[in-house]
Amino acid sequence: MLNPALPQRDPAARSRLLLTLIALALLWPGLSLSELDLGVLIDGSNAQTMGVFLSGFWPPAHGAEFLFLLGRATLETLAIATAGMAMALALAVPCALLATRSLSISAVSRGGRPRPWAQAVRWPVRGLLIILRSVPEIVWALLFVRAVGLGPTAGVLAIAITYAGMLGKVYAEIFESVDPLPTRALIGAGGSRLQAFAYGVLPQATGEMLSYTVYRWECAIRASVVMGFVGAGGLGQQMDLSIRMFAGGEVASMLLTFLLLVLLADLFSQLLRRRFV
Amino acid sequence: MSLSGVSYRHANGHVALRNVDLQIAKGERVALIGPSGAGKTTLLRLLATHLQPSTGAFELLGCQPWALSVGARQKLRSRIGLIHQAPPLPARQRVITAVLAGRLGQWSLGHSLLSLIHPLDKQGATEMLGKLDLADKLYERCDQLSGGQLQRVGIARALYQNPTLMLADEPVSAMDPVLAAYSLSVLSREAANSQATLVASLHSVKLALEHFPRVIAVRDGQILFDKASSTVTSNELDTLYANDQLDAFAPFEPTPGQSLHIPRC
Repeated sequence: MLNPALPQRDPAARSRLLLTLIALALLWPGLSLSELDLGVLIDGSNAQTMGVFLSGFWPPAHGAEFLFLLGRATLETLAIATAGMAMALALAVPCALLATRSLSISAVSRGGRPRPWAQAVRWPVRGLLIILRSVPEIVWALLFVRAVGLGPTAGVLAIAITYAGMLGKVYAEIFESVDPLPTRALIGAGGSRLQAFAYGVLPQATGEMLSYTVYRWECAIRASVVMGFVGAGGLGQQMDLSIRMFAGGEVASMLLTFLLLVLLADLFSQLLRRRFV
Repeated sequence: MSLSGVSYRHANGHVALRNVDLQIAKGERVALIGPSGAGKTTLLRLLATHLQPSTGAFELLGCQPWALSVGARQKLRSRIGLIHQAPPLPARQRVITAVLAGRLGQWSLGHSLLSLIHPLDKQGATEMLGKLDLADKLYERCDQLSGGQLQRVGIARALYQNPTLMLADEPVSAMDPVLAAYSLSVLSREAANSQATLVASLHSVKLALEHFPRVIAVRDGQILFDKASSTVTSNELDTLYANDQLDAFAPFEPTPGQSLHIPRC
């Protein structure tokens, strides 16, 4: 041994063990609180009920009239998700720019920490984003269905509001997680915040932002389906009808359509990431 | 520019500059030398108004930067060019965009956004890069350049900014000796042509004495000497770079007759 004072034990071992124990201690009551009991799934009559329900799924419905209906509903779902995302982006990007610490001018001369009062100004924006995303989109959808009536508009508005909150928060954090030095150098050379954002943050954050946005778009497709169940249009509304009529084949066709949509979103995201990361 | 009684204390309590008095006239070219950790970078960042002095009076280009409003200080900052030792450039940014970013302080938002999509002043960027023998890298991405090439992009950006006060923090530390001397001469020639003041910190005393008429030596956050480079003696340099801790170590000498085994990984 060259140096007898070398540490014998990994100094991080104790805290890691402690963290594992704490995580287990927290998870156990969670399991009992949620009354999770996997036994009921294989219990005789339950399994039979599910079996009957699932056996109706084959073959998937493929009548010309139904396929036309399915195509229309799919397009409507895509339109709801895309329009909702576009409106969410229009709100999320300005909010993220206002909420992020990385474009602070006072942070340049303070080692990256903005002045306390400048940080306090960011809190209302963060608060707004929290309010927007803390109410689930299904609740907004129920509210808007009452306000603007049954149909896709309610779905678009519900997605726009909730997703603006999520996108704004995550964008602000992506901006903060990239290397701050290019931004600080640009602000330090007299550039404005937005210029520093465009030349310092954006080139580093594009890939992450794109991939998160496409993922959220995929989530918006799923969310618009769920909201369809409360009357907000699209595939969900069709599915609700089919389930009520015990038309398992139609449900199966719709699930296959979802699979295809998510697959497409995934391919699109990979394509963008290959180009921008 | 003038500093009187300026001190700077880092957030962790470390005092980086102690009671510095300094006057630099317009158009002067000054080299900062001194051992690592002496406070050269802090002094440069203070001059660039990136750091606010803890105490003392600081005047720059005819105004007191820290008495100005935020907007006026940003305007003042657009007249100061700081060349970083490791230029902070986004890895995916193209060289042309990185150079053109030098003039953001003078451009409107619309112009700079347009230039981000389609570089508007290709000629200007090519000219600046050409001066540093880097014009062929115009459309390369910054992460494809070596450390020395990046440093030259940083210099080109500062030259393109065309500032009144040019500050350089070890601008040639990653270049080979020939390129370092060449880049420094470009820097001081351009500064002289535009009548800009140039303050550069350098590790190489030889380069400092060759290229700059005036040398300021910093040690332990204080100015040790400040004189014309022709009058600097080797005795003064020894005092400047003296290191008690390193002197305690005997220099490494392999025992003669014994072959040195370097283990392979």
